[in-house]
Amino acid sequence: MHRLTLAQIARGLADKAFSAEELTRALLARIAEHDGTLNSFITVTEERALEQARAADARRAAGEQGALLGAPIAHKDLFCTKGVLTTCGSKILHNFVSPYDATVVEKLTAAGAVSLGKLNMDEFAMGSANESSHYGPVKNPWDLSRVPGGSSGGSAAAIAARLLPAATGTDTGGSIRQPAALTGLTGLKPTYGRVSRWGMVAYASSLDQAGPMARSAEDCALLLQAMAGLDPKDSTSVDQPVDDYLAALNQPLAGLRIGLPKEYFGEGLDARIADKVLAVVEVLKTLGATVKDISLPNTRHAIPSYYVIAPAEASSNLSRFDGVRFGYRCENPVDLTDLYKRSRAEGFGDEVKRRIMVGTYALSAGYYDAYYLKAQRIRRLIKNDFVEAFGEVDLILGPTTPNLAWKLGEKNADPVSAYLEDIYTITANLAGIPGLSMPAGFIDGLPVGVQLLAPYFQESRLLNVAHQYQQVTDWHKQAPESF
Amino acid sequence: MALERSEVEKIAHLARLGLDEADLPRTTETLNNILGLIDRMQAVDTTGVEPLAHPLETTQRLRADQVTERNQRDQYQAVAPAVEDGLYLVPKVIE
Repeated sequence: MHRLTLAQIARGLADKAFSAEELTRALLARIAEHDGTLNSFITVTEERALEQARAADARRAAGEQGALLGAPIAHKDLFCTKGVLTTCGSKILHNFVSPYDATVVEKLTAAGAVSLGKLNMDEFAMGSANESSHYGPVKNPWDLSRVPGGSSGGSAAAIAARLLPAATGTDTGGSIRQPAALTGLTGLKPTYGRVSRWGMVAYASSLDQAGPMARSAEDCALLLQAMAGLDPKDSTSVDQPVDDYLAALNQPLAGLRIGLPKEYFGEGLDARIADKVLAVVEVLKTLGATVKDISLPNTRHAIPSYYVIAPAEASSNLSRFDGVRFGYRCENPVDLTDLYKRSRAEGFGDEVKRRIMVGTYALSAGYYDAYYLKAQRIRRLIKNDFVEAFGEVDLILGPTTPNLAWKLGEKNADPVSAYLEDIYTITANLAGIPGLSMPAGFIDGLPVGVQLLAPYFQESRLLNVAHQYQQVTDWHKQAPESF
Repeated sequence: MALERSEVEKIAHLARLGLDEADLPRTTETLNNILGLIDRMQAVDTTGVEPLAHPLETTQRLRADQVTERNQRDQYQAVAPAVEDGLYLVPKVIE
């Protein structure tokens, strides 16, 4: 039962092949069996999951239908979940039981999804390896000595190991797409504003987006359909109709114009990954796509720009963690400043402190123009690159990551080397366009991801192309041997 | 432009982050490595380019000025480290 996709589960539940409660019990048993090895969950909400499953079965017995009614999922631990621990991977929130639900959680719960718990992640979503979590690193199911990527590493590992069919993730610089690539999943970062950020613990507010992670494009479509839409509680969520993502999946690809940016195939890319990506292009050509070489000339400026904007916004967002209103408070503070300083020093991990300090510096008097405004000017150049490219092509295709999953601990000593791994994903966050990663094969037994980028609000196009590719290939159906 | 130790201490103070004396050299070095990466921005010609703050360049929606929330103070304060009579408790600020 654990090998079923969301789409197969929906059919099984509708046909009464099994109940939501049976399915939930089976997956909870798998989590109990395997998660000691993977560490993909921070909290498993067994009782609550069974209650939700029974409620879904009752709704179905009363005649209700729905693609997610009784579907088991779990949430990255930065979505606030009412009455359930919400840690954001940090010690500073080690005791934070949220008094409310995030909009995404509320919407998925209303659709009848059963949440099995809260998934591990890099602390405050800052990382690309899931090694900065206060709750320990997550292992990659394809090779337990390697990282699953981050920051949605718990979501990725749990789905890849067949503990779950799908989960929520968030993506500020690649945190859905990169772990999806490194664990053989399909993951989508929607257009900025497509999904409500309300109730997501904020990292960088102008870049953060929530999205689905699953084992197929079809399953991502099912989840996104329930997640997307305007939310009055998030003033940056966009008032634009939500497409019918499922209906879009089956559009033929004839005439699709794909652009290959030369900057995504240059120095730093593992040549074996380049070969896999180009093989995807060949398959899409047989489905009717045409291919064109394009240029996104400002790509190389994206990393410095991102590592100003994201830390600057983080330093501001994370100032709310002060040991006063919620979360960790240090022992015996002598005065208020001591309370702030020690609660934050003891509550935050090293990478979070680094980014807070970089951001504080970039925003401090005398440096604002040289850093923050400069980074925002470069951000416009990056957006302009995409606007121009999408005048010529419908879709941009390239590798999701320059390298395969690396060994646990390999990049810990040098944060800058880990930052460079984000090169192909952060541009979509800076420009605000949607991006999807899907499996494109294996190298030495490790998954390779290919990234598709589309113009604003064309999530349906990304899902359509990925789904059509997945109709004629089976990379996305491969499972790690031990799971 | 490399940060001096004293500047790192100042930044940590602005961010209200306690710093361990023993960690200062390592923290300074790491921050300087990151700033080295960031300083590559300065080589980019951005003359005449307007800063982009919001990818879609929309303005924030305003809601009607109406009360929509009920008082949930007790619920929100249930997760606070120390409260009394609806107030958050902190060490004495005024002697």
